[in-house]
Amino acid sequence: MTTKMLTVSPSPHVHGDFSTQRIMLDVAIALMPAFLVSILYFGMGAIKVTFIAVVACMLFEYLIQKFLLKVPVTVTDGSALVSGILLAFNVPSSIPTWMVVLGALVTIGVAKMSFGGLGKNPFNPALVGRVFLLISFPVDMTNWPRPRLMDFSFADAVSGATALGKLKEGLMMGETVDKLMVDIPGYLDLFIGNVNGSLGEMSAMALLIGAVYLLMRRVISLYIPLSFILSVVILTGIFWLYNPSRYADPLFHILSGGLMLGAWFMATDMVTSPMSKMGMMIFGIGCGLITVLIRLFGAYPEGVSFAILIMNAVVPLINRSCKPKRFGEILK
Amino acid sequence: MSDLKTFPQGGVHPSDQKLSAHKQIMVLKLPPVVKIPLSQHLGAPAMAVVKKGDKVKVGTLIAQSGGFISANIHASVSGTVSMIGESTDTSGYLKEVVIINVEGDEWEDSIDRSSDLKKEIVKTREEIIETVKNLGLVGLGGATFPTHVKLMVPPGKKAQILIINGVECEPYLTSDHRVMLERADEMLVGIKIIMKALSVEKAVIGIENNKSDAIKHLSDKIKDYPGITVQPLKVMYPQGGEKQLIKAITGREVPNKGGLPIDVGVVVQNVGTAFSVYEAVQKNKPLLERIVTITGKSVKNPGNYLIRIGTSIADLIEAAGGLPEDTGKIISGGPMMGKALTGIDVPVVKGTSGILIMTKKDAKRELQGSCIRCGKCISVCPLGLEPYLLYQLSNRRKFDRLESEDVMNCCECGSCQYTCPSSLPLLDYMRLGKLEVGKLIRARKNN
Repeated sequence: MTTKMLTVSPSPHVHGDFSTQRIMLDVAIALMPAFLVSILYFGMGAIKVTFIAVVACMLFEYLIQKFLLKVPVTVTDGSALVSGILLAFNVPSSIPTWMVVLGALVTIGVAKMSFGGLGKNPFNPALVGRVFLLISFPVDMTNWPRPRLMDFSFADAVSGATALGKLKEGLMMGETVDKLMVDIPGYLDLFIGNVNGSLGEMSAMALLIGAVYLLMRRVISLYIPLSFILSVVILTGIFWLYNPSRYADPLFHILSGGLMLGAWFMATDMVTSPMSKMGMMIFGIGCGLITVLIRLFGAYPEGVSFAILIMNAVVPLINRSCKPKRFGEILK
Repeated sequence: MSDLKTFPQGGVHPSDQKLSAHKQIMVLKLPPVVKIPLSQHLGAPAMAVVKKGDKVKVGTLIAQSGGFISANIHASVSGTVSMIGESTDTSGYLKEVVIINVEGDEWEDSIDRSSDLKKEIVKTREEIIETVKNLGLVGLGGATFPTHVKLMVPPGKKAQILIINGVECEPYLTSDHRVMLERADEMLVGIKIIMKALSVEKAVIGIENNKSDAIKHLSDKIKDYPGITVQPLKVMYPQGGEKQLIKAITGREVPNKGGLPIDVGVVVQNVGTAFSVYEAVQKNKPLLERIVTITGKSVKNPGNYLIRIGTSIADLIEAAGGLPEDTGKIISGGPMMGKALTGIDVPVVKGTSGILIMTKKDAKRELQGSCIRCGKCISVCPLGLEPYLLYQLSNRRKFDRLESEDVMNCCECGSCQYTCPSSLPLLDYMRLGKLEVGKLIRARKNN
């Protein structure tokens, strides 16, 4: 009889071709169109900030795991890479390098590692990093460089407010929407990304291309993004119909600010979003609702980051109350 | 041919690897010795009625059913009982076995060994059930539930549809496929017999669409068998799971928390079982041999063999070209739900549908990562469970909560673990959870 050593383990004995690494790689690939548009409009600043954010995030993850927590280093799983890109995408391309590094430390150190690393963080790490920077350095974080097509010099860019910022400021001064719109980029510029804004949030077009890729790869599903965007459309639509001179139209709202980046890439973060279809829809609607409330009535012109972070906090509750339909459940 | 049906919730697509699909059934030569375990079925083990030194013929009863849910066991060879002892079976545990030294091939006279098709069913309902019971038939799809128990509809219930499971959704396995191609008439008569026993008018054979030759072959054959239809099904694992198959074909959902197919008027039998019902009822032949697939990427000659129960798996591997050098794992059954064996000196039993040999590389499990809460396990679970949660609860030994999260409904199909991007041992922990929750439930009943 054979004396071979056989592996004995319970079923299943095969595993599908799925891995965390592949998922993270797909997200990174999906963010590339937006990165390219950013390079076209913001030049070297976009490359510099993104590069630093990615390297800093990966380095902090490595250092914390290796020397502080003394756990196996998992920096190759790609999650720090994605956090780095997303952090960069959420800041202006003109912010100082040390600020990016600090943001990366908060992203990885505070928002991710202090909770136990990948999969255990309740809040989206890149958004925590971004909001930390926004609150700590409001001037640098809202000093948006103007897009300059194909200019790769390191020259200081002329800066200005975002479309949402101009609108909010104008409305507070008592102006009407149609007067303000003259000074605000049109829908086409908003769509292709020829506007002031955070490094990776401006081009709805490029972000949508990436989103289609993620949908095709089945990394994300439509539940969160659609319910998020539709609830923004419906809510802003109601206000717009009620008083078009005080409230901007829905199309403006979905094309401006961080909505596209937030809805497709940040709210869909697997770790910090609900697991069931029903839960995902509730989460998306919640994000949309809070975004609109902040944009229309809050102190900040933009509310996507806050909306997602607030909804992140209720994910455990949503998961607990939204169960998938059990097979064979006898309905009473 | 009607449209492809499927179950609506969950499911995965493992690569089907049906390497032996086109290999005709061959008869494996008689081994020098057989070891016949007394517990080859779900339920109580059978009790030996022979002793050391007894002479047996092929078909002699060697062990008597040990309870209501149990089955008789017959000698699969002729010869002398050399020992009643213990041996490792496919589960890896020591089990009581009857060891018979093979001498010649002498069959009991009562068994009709002719190959002519006997279509006319003369036996009554009661006689059919009695024969099936006496001849030790069990479900050959893998669960090995005693067949006669399934044929006796409990009072107050009524069977409306008989579903014949020809799905064979496990990758690699092809024994059911070959039965449908090579034993079609016998199987169809077997189905008519089961229909008579259950007094149902309608039987549906469910077959996954990757076996188009079997669908076509049976669609032609059923013209002679009124009441039987063929239903092609979408290729989707676990299409052959009893509850999924019933849902796909009838749209009915077997109630959870211990519901049975009969609660929705359905009885499910495997194609191999239907064939053995034919042999038992029409030819008086006990369940003493079965068709087993031997397969694997590294196996020289994958194939399908007709094997006497109790033959060592080593003999089967020999017939397929020997054990490959880089073998890492040997599985009884398919790769999704089969059991890994501890060695090859293990007898083929009634429930052995196939032997799968995996290379060292394929046998390795991926390194496990952390749960990234992607929810893929939920979306593939055919029963609407939340494997990630059950895994955590079981890991933390929170068995009360585990019960209220319906862990007992898990059918152990393995779709969750197959899909998990972090390669978590989800099913391992859910099994542990089921075991512990089962203890809790039993303790509650006893109090």
